[in-house]
Amino acid sequence: MEGHSTYQPKNGAAKWLERRLPIMGLAHSSFVAYPTPRNLNYWWTFGAILSFVLAEQIITGIVLAMHYVPAGSLAFSSVESIMRDVNFGWLLRYIHANGASLFFFAVYIHMFRGMYYGSYKEPREVLWILGVLILLLMIAAAFMGYVLPWGQMSFWAATVITNLFSAIPLVGPSITEWLWGGFAVDSATLNRFYALHYLLPFMIAGVVVLHIWALHVSGQNNPLGIDVKSKKDTLPFTPFATIKDMFATVVFLILFAWLVFYLPNYMGHPDNYIPADPLKTPAHIVPEWYFLPFYAILRAIPDKLLGVIALFAAIAVLFLLPWFDTSRVRSAKFRPIFRQFFWIFVLVCIGLGYLGSQPAEGGYVIASRILTAYYFLHFLVILPVIGLIERPKPLPNSISESVLQGSGAAAPATGSKG
Amino acid sequence: MANTETADNAEPTRRDFIYIATGGVAAVGAALTIWPFIDQMNPDAAALALAQVEVDVSALEPGMSLTVKWRGKPVFIRNRTAKEIEEAEAVDVDSLPDGLARNANLAADAPASDANRGADGREAWLVQIGICTHLGCVPLGQQGAYGGYFCPCHGSVYDTAGRIRQGPAPENLHIPVYSFVTETKLRIG
Ligand code: HEM
Ligand code: FES
Repeated sequence: MEGHSTYQPKNGAAKWLERRLPIMGLAHSSFVAYPTPRNLNYWWTFGAILSFVLAEQIITGIVLAMHYVPAGSLAFSSVESIMRDVNFGWLLRYIHANGASLFFFAVYIHMFRGMYYGSYKEPREVLWILGVLILLLMIAAAFMGYVLPWGQMSFWAATVITNLFSAIPLVGPSITEWLWGGFAVDSATLNRFYALHYLLPFMIAGVVVLHIWALHVSGQNNPLGIDVKSKKDTLPFTPFATIKDMFATVVFLILFAWLVFYLPNYMGHPDNYIPADPLKTPAHIVPEWYFLPFYAILRAIPDKLLGVIALFAAIAVLFLLPWFDTSRVRSAKFRPIFRQFFWIFVLVCIGLGYLGSQPAEGGYVIASRILTAYYFLHFLVILPVIGLIERPKPLPNSISESVLQGSGAAAPATGSKG
Repeated sequence: MANTETADNAEPTRRDFIYIATGGVAAVGAALTIWPFIDQMNPDAAALALAQVEVDVSALEPGMSLTVKWRGKPVFIRNRTAKEIEEAEAVDVDSLPDGLARNANLAADAPASDANRGADGREAWLVQIGICTHLGCVPLGQQGAYGGYFCPCHGSVYDTAGRIRQGPAPENLHIPVYSFVTETKLRIG
């Protein structure tokens, strides 16, 4: 599916440029002529939504950076002055803070979409791995961003997370002091986190380019999970996907605006409006909602080192997902057993998120242990086994046949040129 | 690369040697150049200079405690009651999750007996870094099942000698280098 360019430079200047740098042709073949499967549903619009949110975070971030001061003694008050004094500062900060939440909301939907429709399977393994890499960079960016306002939650999140590295045998304590630039989280830590928080989104943008490149090499998966076989299976990206993506982004913006204007602090934690105090930990510290499932896994294990290993393993298994799933059928539509276990897995992830928000005591700990075990079993045992025992339903012959309900079925399969 | 010139000559040539030696020097040079970029993140001279503080502890009656900041970390200074000391002494060291004293003033393998946790010759005084050895929260004093410390973050419980008894923390609270300069003045660091 190379989607080779049909771009014809129209005027002299465009021809001149195209001979020297064929960038307009590249844009045309990637975003105009690019063939998209004609059966894509709205779950496929989250890629565009994510691109939008990344751009939005970078733009609001750069303007916030014009007013923010990354020093332990000034950070908190500079954020307060953004809220009170800077023109529209409150708006920019609320967009940036809620944008981070919605970024994760969209990325989790995007990933579950990939899991349901088997988008990680051959030949899209590298595409999937680049996606998990983006998730890792997002986690780092959001964590360091959350430290910047230098409230109580910022400070103690920084402390607990950097201390994860102290679990490494022998070198752990030196690594944490190296991360801190001192003997505890302090101004030096804040300053470097700020530098990295500025850098990481641009690294994400770089990996996104690779992600889209890989996507355009293998072509998009689709709800049927079968390969594109002829031109009839596809539609050009513009106007079909462009308009659909824009419509979905606008709907997403309604949710976004509702949060920013009506519930700007709903996703946040009130303790973060108390300035950082290194001598006092708040009674109940919790991470942002998007880290809760991972936090529950960390706390489920009563041993420090093993807890940290489980936390990192929870992400590592995602990298290996293409190889845990032994079924060659992509879409859950044709996989009756997998489909049920998929939904159980979604519920387990939500359950872990709930448990991560509760205190680590009594029944909550036991429940976290059960769900943590299930999380790993899903990847290590359930997926490989279902692939072997399940009998998939018959796959349709082609996307067009399935979409056009037989009207195109009579057409003989032409030699697919993609 | 070895046999590009004479096919029958299996010996490495002088040119091979020069290639490898040059590459080796470049690799060492690159590694050495990276070091400043890594080392700049380590605690700087100003952070290291904050290495000592002196505290007046004359106001601390038995049963009271005080938290001071040393190197950016809280240090708990506790004047323990006779009952608290008794409870801590009664514990069998072999039954503790962490059997080491973790006292920077003693040998690294000193056992976690109450005498090794309290101040030298002043057993009532307990001076510890107030950072949970799990993931670094500040435990709450005079709380938890053993009347010692309780960490609100993930539920670690320490006894009246600051030794871990329950929960995910792997080690006893650490004891910094300190000494009593006078009867009522403590120097930490
Ligand atoms: C991947 C994209 C990004 C994510 C997920 C992200 C996330 C966050 C989060 C969660 C916060 C804390 C918000 C709060 O509670 O106040 C934050 C703050 C901040 N971010 Fe970002 N950020 C991103 C991109 C950027 C960029 C590109 C810049 C600068 C060029 C930037 C600059 C700032 C500044 C100055 C603050 C502190 C002000 C504040 O607290 O609102 N961010 N970021
Ligand atoms: S930091 Fe104290 S129990 Fe986790």
